[in-house]
Amino acid sequence: MHPAYSVILFTTASGAGYGLLALLGLAGAQHGQASSTAFGITAMVLALGLISVGLLSSTFHLGRPERAWRAFSQWRSSWLSREGVAAVLTFLPALAFGVVWSGLYEAPQFIAPLGIITAVMCAITVFCTAQIYASLKTIRAWHQSLTAPVYLVFALATGAALLAALAAVFGRFQPFQVWLGLAALAAVLVLKALYWRAIDAAPRSHTMEAATGLGRIGQVSQWEVPHTAINFVQKEMGYVVARRHAARLRLMVLALLLAAMLLLLVSLKAPLLALVAAALAFTATMVERWLFFAEAQHVSTLFYGAKTA
Amino acid sequence: MTTLPDTTRPGQKKLGLVIDLDTCVGCQACATSCKEWNTQGYSAPLNDWDARGADHSGSWLNRIHGYEVKEKGQAQSRIVNFPRSCLHCETPACVTVCPTGASYKRAEDGIVLVNPDMCIGCKLCSWACPYGAREYDEVQGVMKKCTLCVDRIYNENFLPEDRIPACVRACPTGARHFGDLGDPASAVSQLVAARGGFALLPEMDYKPVNRYLPPRPRRDATTLAPEALPRGDGSAMDRLFQWADGLLAGHAGTAPAARKVSRVAAIKRRVKSAVAAVKSKSRGKK
Ligand code: SF4
Ligand code: SF4
Ligand code: SF4
Repeated sequence: MHPAYSVILFTTASGAGYGLLALLGLAGAQHGQASSTAFGITAMVLALGLISVGLLSSTFHLGRPERAWRAFSQWRSSWLSREGVAAVLTFLPALAFGVVWSGLYEAPQFIAPLGIITAVMCAITVFCTAQIYASLKTIRAWHQSLTAPVYLVFALATGAALLAALAAVFGRFQPFQVWLGLAALAAVLVLKALYWRAIDAAPRSHTMEAATGLGRIGQVSQWEVPHTAINFVQKEMGYVVARRHAARLRLMVLALLLAAMLLLLVSLKAPLLALVAAALAFTATMVERWLFFAEAQHVSTLFYGAKTA
Repeated sequence: MTTLPDTTRPGQKKLGLVIDLDTCVGCQACATSCKEWNTQGYSAPLNDWDARGADHSGSWLNRIHGYEVKEKGQAQSRIVNFPRSCLHCETPACVTVCPTGASYKRAEDGIVLVNPDMCIGCKLCSWACPYGAREYDEVQGVMKKCTLCVDRIYNENFLPEDRIPACVRACPTGARHFGDLGDPASAVSQLVAARGGFALLPEMDYKPVNRYLPPRPRRDATTLAPEALPRGDGSAMDRLFQWADGLLAGHAGTAPAARKVSRVAAIKRRVKSAVAAVKSKSRGKK
């Protein structure tokens, strides 16, 4: 699948934003009001800003962005529509939570319920995003049980790294933020490695013979493509990264994640290093998202010369 | 509405195409007439971009692939021309994934369409189609797909013989058939039954309506062992054919058994069996 940069940026940025927002919600539920209004407002602006940047960038790849509002209508059947609805709904408790948690409006009794509702909505939104991909039967590498868990832990891990970085900047750094970040990053490492093992092992059960139905008379190969220049289906669906290149990028993701974990550990002594850890986690996610697309083979490539899918 | 209509009712109309892979010659007439019709009809225009430049591309609703098939026990492989367009599936995820309701499946006849006024061009439907049947129009920013020529088949301004899809109308070898595949008595259903028509990738469970007719077993001089010619019966007709056959093969007068199977011999056989059939029929009548 063609890796569209707007979609990579969207899922990475909004994932980190939802991760951070969920953690703020849970922290608020646990500890009550933010330690300072400045910290509360900055954290909320960062989380909601990342989410909004992500949502906006996802409209860039639309052919008709001015009609984007129509995407809220088909939540009964479409995960993309559900994602849109969930994303917009999340803003309501999130904004209310931000106001009471940061102390702009004194209502401490609402912090915990609003924080928990916000965190749950964040998880639902990220899950909907993941399901857009995981529900597609046409793409073996996405139609996997690990697709949604991987999206969720990436959101949590980038969110946790951001929280640690933010706390470090505001001088409110606490060891539990490091342990949380480390645990989430470790979960990412394990789940992503398992995901890669699963997609490598998944049988490529669709063949060119089955796709064309010509297997009933013999062995099929492509003789002539139907057009003189590359078409939409080939551009969008036909993108595949070379195996060797993909292997290198996988190593890069793992290395970046390990480096982020290491820096987070060191930040126990030098808190500002958490900023670098967050940047590394963010970069790892971008590369991982790029691979998520580039390694995904679409079944329609069988009509264009792929032997199996 | 992108939830699917219930198409399990008995007597449900399932309009679709039956494509004969045996007779398709890959002439592209259906593809070009599809492009021509659909650039002026429903969801028009069907755009190309940089049409005369090096990086030309465009949206088409019908593409004709060519595959080489190596048959068991045959020295030579054969070329199969393979037209590919939307199969108007019964349970297509291309419809259910659409966030806007632009993609829909009609309850009355099963045609799958995109409403170009509602589509936001998110392309998710094209990801959900296993058959690569949807093509994005970069100029209009919306998705395009085969409409089963919905603006022809019900068009009362047309002569009845023109109320069929443009591709079916254009095919010079009659390799494309249009009809109701939900009705077991329809001509297309009977054709599918008689020729062992098949669906593409049935294991994906999209339940395509369109069917493909497999190429017939090959029989020609390049792959079959020469057949022994029937012995001449000495009739005037037989002698005439033998003479013509020899003349064309360039060796008049050689013994018939030594000759290769030739086109003339084949014609002779066909004429003979036709004559025999007519004879037996008229005998049966008496
Ligand atoms: S062939 Fe593709 S576009 Fe057509 S109905 Fe089936 S899934 Fe949808
Ligand atoms: S490209 Fe258009 S028709 Fe396809 S899923 Fe998106 S909105 Fe629906
Ligand atoms: S039915 Fe109409 S739209 Fe579909 S392939 Fe044929 S000509 Fe094109």
